[in-house]
Amino acid sequence: MTAIAAGSLGRGNRTWIKTAIGVVLTGVMLFPVYWMLNVSFTQNKDMRKSPPDLFPAHATLEGYRAVFDQQLPYLGTSLVIGLGTVVLTVALAAPAGYALAKLRPRGGGVLSFLLLVAQMVPGIIMAMGFYAIYLNLGLLQSVPGLIVADSTLAVPFAVLIFTAFMSGIPGELIQAAQMDGASPLRTFCSIVLPMSRNSVVTVSLFAFLWSWSDFIFASTLANGGSHEPITLGIYHYIGNNNQEWNAIMATAVVASLPATVILVLAQRYVAAGVTAGAVKD
Amino acid sequence: MKHTTQQPPDQRRTADRNGAATAAPAPAGATTRRRRASHQWTAWAFLAPVALYLALFYAYPLYRNLDLSLHNYTVRSFVRGDAPFTGLANYRAVFDDPTFAPALLHTAVFTTVCLVLQYSIGLALAVFFNQHFRLSAILRALFLVPWLLPLIVSASTWSWMLNSDSGIVNATLHAVGIGPVHWLTSPSWSLTSVIIANVWIGVPFNLVVLYSGLQSIPASLYEAAALDGAGAWRRFWSITFPLLRPVSAITLLLGLVYTLKVFDIIWIMTKGGPADSSTTFATWSYQLGFGNLLPAFGPGAAVGNLLVVAALVFGLVYLKVQRKQASS
Repeated sequence: MTAIAAGSLGRGNRTWIKTAIGVVLTGVMLFPVYWMLNVSFTQNKDMRKSPPDLFPAHATLEGYRAVFDQQLPYLGTSLVIGLGTVVLTVALAAPAGYALAKLRPRGGGVLSFLLLVAQMVPGIIMAMGFYAIYLNLGLLQSVPGLIVADSTLAVPFAVLIFTAFMSGIPGELIQAAQMDGASPLRTFCSIVLPMSRNSVVTVSLFAFLWSWSDFIFASTLANGGSHEPITLGIYHYIGNNNQEWNAIMATAVVASLPATVILVLAQRYVAAGVTAGAVKD
Repeated sequence: MKHTTQQPPDQRRTADRNGAATAAPAPAGATTRRRRASHQWTAWAFLAPVALYLALFYAYPLYRNLDLSLHNYTVRSFVRGDAPFTGLANYRAVFDDPTFAPALLHTAVFTTVCLVLQYSIGLALAVFFNQHFRLSAILRALFLVPWLLPLIVSASTWSWMLNSDSGIVNATLHAVGIGPVHWLTSPSWSLTSVIIANVWIGVPFNLVVLYSGLQSIPASLYEAAALDGAGAWRRFWSITFPLLRPVSAITLLLGLVYTLKVFDIIWIMTKGGPADSSTTFATWSYQLGFGNLLPAFGPGAAVGNLLVVAALVFGLVYLKVQRKQASS
């Protein structure tokens, strides 16, 4: 690290050097991702080669064929659970965010404090509690059960994001709608929600991603059932002492697709979600 | 470790409320009161689903967990719900367990080392990317990839990279005459291995938050310092670092809360082993509750509750610091 100033004086050659350093750093950081891709294309007989091939010189698709043959049900389950989590999260959190931002409910401060605290509860605790409850209710290994559990990863975050976004909506608009005789529900659906499209996108992206990536609820609540998500698909692959690492890594590549799509299509929403509120704008 | 940060919206709302209170004319009397009451009903109608949700899906699981830790549950009584009440016996058993001391030590080491490395690497990168060279925005976005990947993907990729016989890491070390290191199968290296993987996942978060903190430091300060002849190193220590302190505090505290509960990475890479050499409270709790053929739900819940207490203590410190910053 040589130069520190913001808006440095560097021009011409110096910025190119920085770009070069930046590319190298990014390359180092993303090497594991490259390695995952590389291994996913490597033939089984080359897997134990020493030293390993840095490029898939004799690339094969057998790993991906294994994904196609064995992992599709897991991927389907994850997709359903992810979409279910998105719907449940938005349906619960958007009205709450509206109330907290615009309707000044008594006790609203306490509620948003509880939501912040709820986010800090370790997943293993939630998993054990859910296990005990679901066992009695017969909800273990069920898709709705997993959707509800996964939504706990996203709901507090979603309420806080909606609250922050919706407090930016001008109060005059809401009052005008009420003057025209719109019911509170009508106001919410036809004024507030359409204006909060960005926050709905942000919340949906994160809710989907977290639910898609969830391992702890899956392994405690869905293990052994007929509807297991892709994280368990990969875990069983590793756990069975499987030596076909190309198939394992190919599954990992496919499981990473939603994250990649989200980063490419919605990078600004992701950055907004990460920093939301951490720093005052 | 997935995490995001947010600010409690209360401050702003309290200000609103005060504003509304002063604006509302005093003598309106009963009608206003009635309108305000119906207004409250509307507000709570919008809030009710989430309030109910919090009670059913946060408070109740937490209560069940507490209940588990105070009874002597077996698989049978777990289903039938008639386990005898044993008070703090599970907690006493956990404290006397030979795993307790190593788990405590590993949790402390794992959390501290991860935080220090994630923060310092994240800060160095944030300062570097803050120079706005060509492609810097795209490269910075690419840095988010490890943070977005499912943890099972990161953990299994690192497992294979750190494989003793066929991993790329040992192949590289071999090329320079070191090794082989038994990253995941030797008790002296397992904790290091899971720390490496977790730091890799946590750096992007630190980078993004610290970078946005850097954005709010006025460039004029740097220009003035440069005119006074301060070198880059000097500018970092007398401008960047002190002005970034509030953001650093938030980043580190939140990182602490979230690193304490890291489970997936460790469990997938080493299952806390070999011989408990990478066991933390989170993996120990899971191990007790779900890792064996005969589950020990009581002690597992007890370990988990200790973890909750630690997370909440630091979590409340975080909220307090954040509130203080927001109001200043």
